[in-house]
Amino acid sequence: MSDMSYVRSEMLPERAPPASSVGFVGWMRQNLFNGIVNSILTIVSLVLIAMVAMAIVPWIFSPTWNGTSQNDCREIIGAGHHAACWGVINDRWEQLLFGFYPNGTEGDTTDQRWRPIVAFALLFVAVTPVLFSMISRRMNWVLLLAVLGLTGLYLGGAAGMILGLALLAGAAFVGFKALSTDKDARAAEIEAGAKRLPNPLIFSAIFPFIAPWLLWGGSIWLPVGAALGFVIGYFAYSILSKIVGSLAGIILAVVASIVWWLFLTGGFASLMDAILPIGLEPVESRKFGGFMLSITIGVVAIACSLPIGIVLALGRQSDLMIVKALCVGFIEFIRGVPLITLLFVASTLLNIFMPPGTNFDIILRVLIMVTLFASAYMAEVIRGGLAALPRGQYEAADALGLDYWKAQRLIIMPQALKISIPGIVSTFIGVFKDTVLVSIIGLLDPLGLSNAIRADQAWNGLVWELYGFIALLFFVFCFSMSRYSMYLERRLRTDHR
Amino acid sequence: MKKTAFLGALTVASIAASAAVAQDVSTVDQIKERGKLNCGVTTGLVGFAAPDANGTWNGFDVGVCRAVAAAVLGDANAVEFVPTTGKTRFTALASGEIDMLARNTTWTFSRDVDLKFEFVGVNYYDGQGFMVSKDLGASSAKELDGATVCIQTGTTTELNLADFFRANDMSYEPVPIETNAEAQQQYLAGACDVYTTDASGLAATRATFEDPAGHVLLPEIISKEPLGPLVRHGDNNWGDVVRWTLNALVSAEELGVTSANIGELGASAGDNPEINRLLGTEGNLGEMLGLDAEWAKRAIMAGGNYGELFAKNIGEDTPIALARGLNAQWTEGGLLYSPPFR
Repeated sequence: MSDMSYVRSEMLPERAPPASSVGFVGWMRQNLFNGIVNSILTIVSLVLIAMVAMAIVPWIFSPTWNGTSQNDCREIIGAGHHAACWGVINDRWEQLLFGFYPNGTEGDTTDQRWRPIVAFALLFVAVTPVLFSMISRRMNWVLLLAVLGLTGLYLGGAAGMILGLALLAGAAFVGFKALSTDKDARAAEIEAGAKRLPNPLIFSAIFPFIAPWLLWGGSIWLPVGAALGFVIGYFAYSILSKIVGSLAGIILAVVASIVWWLFLTGGFASLMDAILPIGLEPVESRKFGGFMLSITIGVVAIACSLPIGIVLALGRQSDLMIVKALCVGFIEFIRGVPLITLLFVASTLLNIFMPPGTNFDIILRVLIMVTLFASAYMAEVIRGGLAALPRGQYEAADALGLDYWKAQRLIIMPQALKISIPGIVSTFIGVFKDTVLVSIIGLLDPLGLSNAIRADQAWNGLVWELYGFIALLFFVFCFSMSRYSMYLERRLRTDHR
Repeated sequence: MKKTAFLGALTVASIAASAAVAQDVSTVDQIKERGKLNCGVTTGLVGFAAPDANGTWNGFDVGVCRAVAAAVLGDANAVEFVPTTGKTRFTALASGEIDMLARNTTWTFSRDVDLKFEFVGVNYYDGQGFMVSKDLGASSAKELDGATVCIQTGTTTELNLADFFRANDMSYEPVPIETNAEAQQQYLAGACDVYTTDASGLAATRATFEDPAGHVLLPEIISKEPLGPLVRHGDNNWGDVVRWTLNALVSAEELGVTSANIGELGASAGDNPEINRLLGTEGNLGEMLGLDAEWAKRAIMAGGNYGELFAKNIGEDTPIALARGLNAQWTEGGLLYSPPFR
């Protein structure tokens, strides 16, 4: 009796799952044909998808890339068929990207379109250390050197060639060294006292002065003068704060910078220009158009609205009555008014208020208005993040003896911003898409240009091709932003889910 | 308090002073100093103003801008084309952002008088027409009782349409649309039987159809739309420059001066004294206008005379294929009638 048992004493060996529940078939059974209703739904959906695809795919794949006009496209396609006329994109894609930026076809101008391209590439280099942690300090310098080197090569001429090759060689050298040592070895080297490359954030700080110079051109000494204002402010603060105290130091430093910008920058720029004239051919704002215009407005509004929004959100929660009233008033006023109204104010009303002959750049006006608009929304998004923080966090900061700014910087903001990332990025995406509203005030952004392109009799009546192309480019930008926000959320996730 | 008042007064005074200075400088001098004419055009209208793939503006209205630039600055390319929408055009002109507006703008009483602009003439006599499909079988707008009509909202065409149908005791069903592109799609998709807008716009639209012959423009023109360039009040001399540049283009056609023979005719004084005065080989008309003697010659050379501009941009050899109609010279039964150059 003792060797009898009711329970198996040894484990059965594992067996492969049945064929119907693994692999493709298993996946289909589980996800598509899971019961009668789901099977019917799956089949209906597939038929629908197939019908839509059968209508759209032949329309998209039409051999009209070289069509010269709508009628030419019709001849290529043949009578009775409906298909896209991609000739319009072939003819006008440069215009849709760059607007009227000088392309060398007009009399005494040369092709300047490398400038927005370089500005865009440098933008990526400048934001990389801010946005991503996965790229090493040295790789960032490799990127910068490579962009500058390629620019030098493109510009040509003996100096450009030599400089470009030198920069590319530098990039290759640093890149090779960066790839040949792994992270731990490099950390050990730095531990042992090896010299690190300067922080790439230096370039990110310089970029805001380079980009306008590249886009608008003119003397290099004006952006240099503008940057010097910050340097002057910094030195004024570091010297004066020791003498007259911190607050008075800040105020005096700001005054010094403003005096420099208002009264001395112009003189400095023209003086330096007389000594050493370096500059790019100036390009008027009117020449901006297409995606270049959208990206310029979008990037400036995005970059400026975040800091302004943080300040406004803090101001709205402040205990200081006037600061609070100002912030609440600003936010509520801007949010209570449609963006189009603000744009009309920028384009028409300001002109009437200002004395005749004043030339206040139209793009600058639009930039200011869009930035203010985005800031008000941003402030509310960040306020949501602040409100979501438990009271204990503020009290903990106080208990640690941190002052207001330190508490914000070290404890409150990192958490509040992390909570608000999805909201912040949606606001960014919204602002970027809102830039097409400038077509209402006569600026030729992609949508405005699509109308201007249809005004060419050769392309009159083409709608889907142009809108499709514009939608595709917008989708690329907005989808990347959305993916980035998800990456950022994953990276900053500190809870252990 | 006193100090604030003083500062305020100073600000007002300085703004007033700068305004006064700006007004004292004549528009012609401002343009010459700038080296460019700021000319307001549409953001794109077939035949009248459109940028090509290189960003160069072309069209019938653009031709007027170029002629004025050639007359004043001697360079038909010295124009900064400022695209304006229907909503921004008048403020752009009133605020001085543009020197003149050549944007298929209808000359009306209120725009001339109330908005304080000066229409310097008419460069195209347009009117509202109807387009229907041949299958509808209508041969006159009076047969359109009960039709669905595609109509751009918020324009005078909407009011004209209502007036016309009421006057003829007919009913219609409006299909409101926003832009011409949308109208084309709706009309072709059969959302409306009739599309109504300016006759030039209808012709341009029909030319884009796969089967233009399947659609007819009805003979009725139900409104007067004299389109012309305009300037703002306050600088009559500048208004004269634009007015007589336009007149020079019209007169040149009447007198048979073309861009082909102008070099010959303008080289020395010929038999026809009016041509001589126009081209500056006789008399001092240019001087009276504050320009040099050859101003009109340059204006005509910029894009040809009125007839050449018409033929090149919207005439019968272009896809738009507009007949001269009302826009023929008065000698040929049209309305173009330039005052004499004397």
